[in-house]
Amino acid sequence: MSYFSDIYKGIKTLLTGMSVTGKYFLTSRKGAITQQYPDNRATLKMFDRFRGEVIMPHDEENRHRCTGCQKCEIACPNGTIEIIWDRGIDEETGKKKKKIDKFVYHLSMCTMCGLCIDVCPTDAIEWGQNFENSVYDRTALTRVLNKPGSKLMPGVED
Amino acid sequence: MDTTTIETNFRSEEYFINMGPQHPATHGVLRLLLTIDGEIIKKVEPDLGYIHRSIEKMCERDTYQQIVHLTDRMDYLSSNINNEAVCLTVENALELEVPDRVKVIRTIIGELTRISSHCLWWGVMGMDVGALTTYFYGFRDRELINDIFEETCGARLTMNYNVPGGLMFDIHPNFVKRTKDFIAHFKTKLPEYDKLLTHNVIFQKRTKGIGILTKEDAISFGASGPVGRASGYSCDVRKHHPYSALDKVKFQEALKTEGDTYARYLVRIQEMWESLSIIEQLIDNIPEGEYRVATNAVIKLPKGEFYQRVETARGELGVYIISDGVKSPYRLKFRSPGFSNLSLLNHIAVGGKIGDLVATMATLDLVIPDIDR
Repeated sequence: MSYFSDIYKGIKTLLTGMSVTGKYFLTSRKGAITQQYPDNRATLKMFDRFRGEVIMPHDEENRHRCTGCQKCEIACPNGTIEIIWDRGIDEETGKKKKKIDKFVYHLSMCTMCGLCIDVCPTDAIEWGQNFENSVYDRTALTRVLNKPGSKLMPGVED
Repeated sequence: MDTTTIETNFRSEEYFINMGPQHPATHGVLRLLLTIDGEIIKKVEPDLGYIHRSIEKMCERDTYQQIVHLTDRMDYLSSNINNEAVCLTVENALELEVPDRVKVIRTIIGELTRISSHCLWWGVMGMDVGALTTYFYGFRDRELINDIFEETCGARLTMNYNVPGGLMFDIHPNFVKRTKDFIAHFKTKLPEYDKLLTHNVIFQKRTKGIGILTKEDAISFGASGPVGRASGYSCDVRKHHPYSALDKVKFQEALKTEGDTYARYLVRIQEMWESLSIIEQLIDNIPEGEYRVATNAVIKLPKGEFYQRVETARGELGVYIISDGVKSPYRLKFRSPGFSNLSLLNHIAVGGKIGDLVATMATLDLVIPDIDR
């Protein structure tokens, strides 16, 4: 007898479960969380804190805020950031002053921990929203963040 | 043909079979060496080391701020709680008092992490015993928590939101609203989980009386988390050694005494309800104030040994630091819950069938990077 009652109970509980799935079958588009990703590129908006890649914003006159203090290079756990710097002459005081030559960022090694941005005293680097980083060659992921010919914004001191 | 010839011709023989490293039911790269006789399991030998990344050794190289982001990669389903564990150890060693706001936010995010981890586990548990539907429903609800994390922390899985001394940045203005929406949403979904899987007779037949772990064995194997609590071993670190804001909230420790696969399942379902109630108690009155206490740029721990334990979604995670007074630890040891929970697999699986082993492993809720640090 228990054999038949088991079958009955099995079918009954299956139908209870299927009432849940049936409900979602009929109202499938309501509350759907899936995104049609490559098709919705035009409207896709990432959250403003999203960690995509490290970028260095420049203003209209091609000036950045990086003084070359290298705190981010020290804070980085895996050597993602390399700062190549030399000493330039400060135009105002005429003294020698440290300035960046190249701010090299190896995206292929970055774990997006955010310690470099957290530690930056002048807010020279920040998170970019781009996440489509697939390339054919790994070397394409090594980027120089400061634009060619860029200069330090006046008044930025660390 | 007399019986002796049949016995010599059809004698049963023990043989080895590999389960994994790419078996989907092992959730990652865990290799199990099974000694089986027919379909009866005689011995289970876990073979580890496929994704060993020497995180503990890397910690000896890194500064204390840098260690935090490595713990994201251990138990990636409860990464925020792992972060919290390291931060609490460092703060205790420095005797640094963090503001109440930090404590409350850390607790809320920790409980959200626990729910998200259990959601994923519930989906995968159903999939392991042959019910694919649960997988999509579990991931659907987990997505909402991931959105909360992405908005506040910037990442969905490896957040690195805690720093020694507080939080990396303040919570997003939408955080409270989104969390409340999620609680309201999830309260309607949890009864559906019960309808779909918990009350299903086929599922109950698969799980009841399988993989029984007694209380004595749970203690001697060092089981913790839902695995220990399903055997009646009261081992919730949140209850016995409260950290952050957990001493201010009221919740019940999910306890069952059966110790079988079904009891472990029920404990996790009940934990999701308890986590919801903890968040509800805290979300309305997050204290105002600082979200971070300034620490030195180079944190140097005093000489000595420091230990802190927290309750992750899988059990007790311990962080043990030996410091000799420089900027990185002399030795750092993680006591991971998954490792001790895996150690009892041989004990509870012997004598069962291969199909039962899959169901048993699903309720141990193993995350392999946690075991193979």
